[in-house]
Amino acid sequence: MSDQKINNERRNLILATSAAGGVAMAATAVPFVASLAPSERAKAAGAPVVADIGKLAPGEKMVVKWRGKPVWILRRTPEMLASLEKVAEKISDPASEKSEQPEYARNTARAIKDEYLVVVGICTHLGCSPSDKIKPGAEEGMSADWQGGFFCPCHGSQFDLAGRVFKSMPAPTNLEIPPYTYLSDTSILIGEDSKEA
Amino acid sequence: MAANSNYEKYQSDGTLLGNALEWVDARFPATSMWKAHLSEYHAPKNFNFWYFFGSIALVVLVIQIVTGIFLTMNYKPDGTLNADGIPRAFASVEYIMREVAGGRFIRYFHSTGASAFFIVVYLHMFRGMLYGSYRKPRELIWIFGVLIFLCLMAEAFMGYLLPWGQMSYWGAQVIINLFSAIPLVGPDLSLLIRGDYVVSDVTLNRFFALHVIAVPLVLIGLVVAHILALHEVGSNNPDGVEIKKFKNDKGVPLDSVPFHPYYTIAHDLPAMVIFLIVFCAVVFFAPEGGGYFLEYNNFLPADPMKTPEHIAPVWYFTPFYSMLRAMVWNFFWLEAKFWGVVAMGGGVVILAFLPWLDRSPAKSIRYRGPIFKTLLAIFIVGFLILGFLGTKAPGYYFFGYAPAANPDGSTAFSPLNYLLSGDLIAQIFTVYYFLFFLTMPYWSKIDKCKPVPERVTFK
Repeated sequence: MSDQKINNERRNLILATSAAGGVAMAATAVPFVASLAPSERAKAAGAPVVADIGKLAPGEKMVVKWRGKPVWILRRTPEMLASLEKVAEKISDPASEKSEQPEYARNTARAIKDEYLVVVGICTHLGCSPSDKIKPGAEEGMSADWQGGFFCPCHGSQFDLAGRVFKSMPAPTNLEIPPYTYLSDTSILIGEDSKEA
Repeated sequence: MAANSNYEKYQSDGTLLGNALEWVDARFPATSMWKAHLSEYHAPKNFNFWYFFGSIALVVLVIQIVTGIFLTMNYKPDGTLNADGIPRAFASVEYIMREVAGGRFIRYFHSTGASAFFIVVYLHMFRGMLYGSYRKPRELIWIFGVLIFLCLMAEAFMGYLLPWGQMSYWGAQVIINLFSAIPLVGPDLSLLIRGDYVVSDVTLNRFFALHVIAVPLVLIGLVVAHILALHEVGSNNPDGVEIKKFKNDKGVPLDSVPFHPYYTIAHDLPAMVIFLIVFCAVVFFAPEGGGYFLEYNNFLPADPMKTPEHIAPVWYFTPFYSMLRAMVWNFFWLEAKFWGVVAMGGGVVILAFLPWLDRSPAKSIRYRGPIFKTLLAIFIVGFLILGFLGTKAPGYYFFGYAPAANPDGSTAFSPLNYLLSGDLIAQIFTVYYFLFFLTMPYWSKIDKCKPVPERVTFK
């Protein structure tokens, strides 16, 4: 082979053809890869939902579906809100600096009105929906000093009653707070910020 | 599989059948393929029962393909709800189970077949580790094998979504979210895999496409490559010696027998009969495998609003799943979640490097020293314990040794609580798993091996 004279003209033609073919192939791949992304319909499905919280008793939790995800609304009692201070030193990100939430929910209670926690019920670790362990103490199978919160069954992350994750848990950040706004005292619009705010 | 010019073309004996074969053989390498891969493939004569599992894996692959084809005739990859509020995919599986004649068996053959596949493949891989079958010149066979293992995992994972039960849904949710832990591209990558912001009908449809056509095609291609590479260099054997060193005047290794009929009929056929008896017994009498082959929660339709109280992958993923969970520390600037994914993926990928990590002068465990035997024994026990712990919820304690609560509400820890903590034991064995491989170049070299015989010891 090495003795043979290389036909430079042919080699250049092969190179040019391969290059052009490669570009064409890459261009052809674009629609195939693009088809894997969420379709226009999937993108449009994220419309805001209204939740009626009028019937929610203190200490009770309701679930609404928003963008296919569970959004929890928990009406917190004063004791529940008090527990947030008690656990603060065991929380990984107590001031929610690294976590996702609208600016108006970046406070200790992580809410517009302290009484109502509105939070996406999806663990920030790998997307399971944590279970309610709302009652304090060992009653719900948690440790004796448990102050109430949520427990992810998949990898054991624990959250307090503001969806803040405890230290040394697999979940990297606190549960996400969706954009929401109060339409009235008894109804919340999930998925949209208030226009004034 | 190129036609081997060393083989003579078939000469007809004058009969009709003979004439037909001669006609075909003149136009297609029938005789040469038959001879090269079966009747004149010279396999070492000292195979033992560990050598069953390659052939059995092939049988299971055929079972999966055939049952899979029949399942697609009635299955609907549709995550939307029917008039009764049940997802159509889930309902179609129940339809197959309850109303299609024979459908129950076809479905159970397929779902139990998945577990059987992994049992057989794990044993097949362990055989390779026992006898050093990955060592030079068989590195590529081993690498093709690791790729087959990866493909099988992808295939099993995507197949598990299709019944659209609670475990299907939340299992897929967790595994797809694993990809989002990759720095920079992660979140977009998992979005591209799901095709939606949550696991949805879109995800189900693409997983169906990948499960029934894309991955099986790759899998079959890899199996062909695995076997071609094997037949190029020849099989290893329980003594780990090269039989090609000593050949007769026709170039046939002295310690070999033709694969067909010696191994096909006398060795693998009985093994297959026994395997099929056991396999059918499980399919007929315990198809769910006590909740290990088909988890009970998967008989509930997928509910995107609620994760089941206890979620765990199917048993064949649990050792690697334990490694994922064991990583709870942030290293450098990357969070624990990413390292969990690295441990899980790395646990599989590191196998591919085995041919270069092992520096032992002897291939087979028969002639390897006490260090290898001890470390391998711990490795296997650790791998099984990791697998066991992966089926348990986090915070598991062996023998029920959970920390007791003090009367004042604090928690009392005794030393036993630390020693028997499943989380801690999983971390220890995860570290061991990686150290076993990473330190292998050192300890495999200094181990006291016995002298390796020139020829196989089987009479």
